[in-house]
Amino acid sequence: MSACSDCRSCQTAPRRGISTAVLAAPPKTVALIGPPNSGKTTLFNRLTGLRQKVANFPGVTVEQHTGVAELPDGSAVEIIDLPGVYSLQPRSEDEQVAYDVLTGRRADTAKPEAILLVLDSTNLARHLMLAAPILSLGVPTLIILNMADDLRARGGHVDLEALSSRLGAPVALIAARQGEGIEAVVDFLAASPAKPAPAEQLQVLHDVPKCREWAGRVGSQASYRAPIPPVWTRRLDTVFLHPVAGPLIFLAVVCGVFQTIFTAAVPLMDGVKWLFDASGNWIAVTLPPSLLRSLLVEGVWRGVGSVVVFLPQVLLLFLFLGILEDSGYLARAALIADRTMAKVGLQGKSFIPLLSAYACAVPAILATRTIENKRDRTATILIAPFMTCSARLPVYTLLIAAFLPNRQLFGFANVRAAALLGLYALGFLVAVATARVLKSSVLRSGRTPFLLEMPSYRWPTLRSIGLRLYDRSKVFLRRAGTVILLVTVVLWVAAHLPTVGGKAPGIEHSLAGMVGHAIEPAIKPLGFNWRIGIGLITSLAARETIVGTLGEIYGMDPESRALDMQKALQHDLTTGGAVALMVFFAFAMQCISTIAVVRRETGGWRWPLFQFAYMGVLAYAGAFLAYHIIP
Amino acid sequence: MLQLSGKKSPRLDRFATLVDLRRGDAAILDDIDLPGDDARRLMELGFLPGTRVVAGLSAPGGDPRVFQVDGSEIALRRETARRLKVRFAGDPGTP
Repeated sequence: MSACSDCRSCQTAPRRGISTAVLAAPPKTVALIGPPNSGKTTLFNRLTGLRQKVANFPGVTVEQHTGVAELPDGSAVEIIDLPGVYSLQPRSEDEQVAYDVLTGRRADTAKPEAILLVLDSTNLARHLMLAAPILSLGVPTLIILNMADDLRARGGHVDLEALSSRLGAPVALIAARQGEGIEAVVDFLAASPAKPAPAEQLQVLHDVPKCREWAGRVGSQASYRAPIPPVWTRRLDTVFLHPVAGPLIFLAVVCGVFQTIFTAAVPLMDGVKWLFDASGNWIAVTLPPSLLRSLLVEGVWRGVGSVVVFLPQVLLLFLFLGILEDSGYLARAALIADRTMAKVGLQGKSFIPLLSAYACAVPAILATRTIENKRDRTATILIAPFMTCSARLPVYTLLIAAFLPNRQLFGFANVRAAALLGLYALGFLVAVATARVLKSSVLRSGRTPFLLEMPSYRWPTLRSIGLRLYDRSKVFLRRAGTVILLVTVVLWVAAHLPTVGGKAPGIEHSLAGMVGHAIEPAIKPLGFNWRIGIGLITSLAARETIVGTLGEIYGMDPESRALDMQKALQHDLTTGGAVALMVFFAFAMQCISTIAVVRRETGGWRWPLFQFAYMGVLAYAGAFLAYHIIP
Repeated sequence: MLQLSGKKSPRLDRFATLVDLRRGDAAILDDIDLPGDDARRLMELGFLPGTRVVAGLSAPGGDPRVFQVDGSEIALRRETARRLKVRFAGDPGTP
C-alpha cells in the first residue's frame, strides 16, 4: 500500500515536510463533507455506485447516506455522505449532525477515521473557509477540489503542491462528474493517511470575516486564480430569467411535466396493471380453490399491485425532477415561483414538490428534500396530501358518473367536469389555507432570510439520474412490499373471517362487516351506511381500494359491470351523501404510504399523527356540511 | 451624493441598501442589519462587509433578485436585501 507521496500517476500533491502520526492501517469509515453545490453527492455516487443505503439519522430529519467503496485490493471502505454545510458551527440540524458525526458524538454512527472534504475549485477562496474547522479536527483529511473541468475551461488555476503544504494535508483536483482524478481519492482511501499539519494556526473562530481572510490568503499563497464567470450560465439566465420569456418557459416546463406524467405514464401503468392481473389469474388457475388462494390473489397480489401500478408515474416524475435539479433549472424555477409561494408563507422551492403531489404525495414528499429550511419543508409536507393525487381519481369518476347528470351547466360547462374541477380546487384551496395557518403559527419561519444559491447550468448525467431513480423506486417499492402488504393481508383476513363451515362468510357477516356496522353510527351523519364504512376502512391502505371493496360488497366487478355498480351505489347513497363522500376523500389522509413516508421524512410520529387527525377532522366536517347542504 | 455611472441612476447615498441596485450595478457591502445567526449565514455565502456585490437578474417584478458576490450567485428576497447596507463601488458591470 503506497503513501500518497510516492504515488506517481495520481494527481494528489504530496505532503511535504512535517510528518505526524500516521494511522496504523487504512481507514474503515470515511466521512464525505462539503458545502452545498460542491458536487459532493456526485463523488459519493462515483465511489459507491449501487452499494448505498439511505436512511434517516435517528431522531432527526437529516438523511443518512452511507455506501461502500470497493478498493482495487478488494477491501471495502464505508463512506458516510454528510449533509452539505457551509460551516461546522452547529446551528441548523444539518450542521449539528455533521458536527456530531465528525466528532464522534453520535452513538449510532462510528467516528470517521478519515475525512474527504469536497470543495468547488471554481469558487475555492470561499469554499476553503470550511477547510479550517475540518482540518482542526485533527482527523486525516483529503482536500478534494472538484469541477476541475470547469476550472480549466474558464481559465482558472491553482498550485496543488503549494495548497497542500499550506494546509498540511493532501490535495486532489478532480472532476467527479467525468470521473477524472478519482484514482487520487481511491489511493487516499487505500493508504494509511496522516493527521493534517497546517503551516499556520487555523482560524476556527466563529468570526466569518477572519476565516474568509485566512481562506483568501491560503488561496493566494497557492497562486489560486479564480475562473472567469460562466459565460453560458449568464447567457442562459438572460433567457430563463427574462421578464417575459422566463415565466412562459416556466409554465411550459410545468405543463410539459404535468402532461407527461398524466398521459405518457398511462400506457405504462396499464402495462403494470395488466401484468399483475395476468399473473394473478395465472396463480388463481394454478392453485386449487381455497382460502389460501383467495388470500394470495385477492389479498396480497391485488393489494401490492394497486400500489406498484403507480411506479411508472413516480419514476417519470423523478426523471423530470432529476433533470430539473441536476441541470440547475430547479433553482431558477424556485426563483420565479417564490413570490407566488411567499403569499401563503411558503417559498419557491415548495412549488415543484406540491406540483408533484398531483401525481402522488409520496414522491412529492421525497422531493421536498431540496428545501433546506426545515419549517418550510415541514409545511410543504403537511399540505402535499391535499393536492388531488391520481389515486383519488377512480373514486371521483365512479361517484360523479353515478350521481351527477351529464348535462350542461349554465349552457357552457358540463356538470361532471365542473364537479371534478371543483374537487381539484377544493383540495388546493384547503392546502393554501392550511399553509397560511401553519406558517403564521407553529411553523413560522420568523425573519430567517430566504437564500437561494444559483448553481451553474450543467448537463445532467445518466449515471446520477439513474442512481436517483433506482434509489427512489427502492423507497417506493419497500412501502408496497411492507406496509401495504401487511395492511392488505389484514384487510383480507377481516373480510374473510370468521369462516362458516370452512368457507368465507358473506362480507356482511365478516369481521370487516362487523366493523362497518360498528362505525355506522359515527358515519351516519355524513350520509354513509355500513357498506360505505367498510370501503372507508379498506381505503385506508390506498384511496382507490374503495372501488374494489364496493365491487366486492355488491358482488360485482366494478369495471365490467360499471352500470350495475352505479345503480347499487345509488341505492346506498343520496346525491348529498355522494358529494359528502367525495369531499371526505378530498380531505382525508387515507394513505398508509403517505403516513409512512411523512414519519420517515419528519423523523417521528408527531407530524404524521397531527396530519392524520387534522385531515380527518376536516374530512368529517366537510362531508357533514356537504351532506346537510345538498339534498 | 454619489452617483452610479449614469444609467438608471440609483442614488447610492449612505442609506442605500441592496434593494437600490438595478441590474448591473455594483456596490460595496457595508453592514448587515440582521440578527447574528442570519448575518453569519449571509457572510458564509460571501456577503461580507467590504465585499463587492453586483446586482443580477431577478424574478418577474424584481423580487427575489440574484446578486453576484464572491464568485457565487445568490438570490435574496427584497425583505432581506433591504437589510444589507451598501456604498458606492466604482465602475459597474464587471463582476
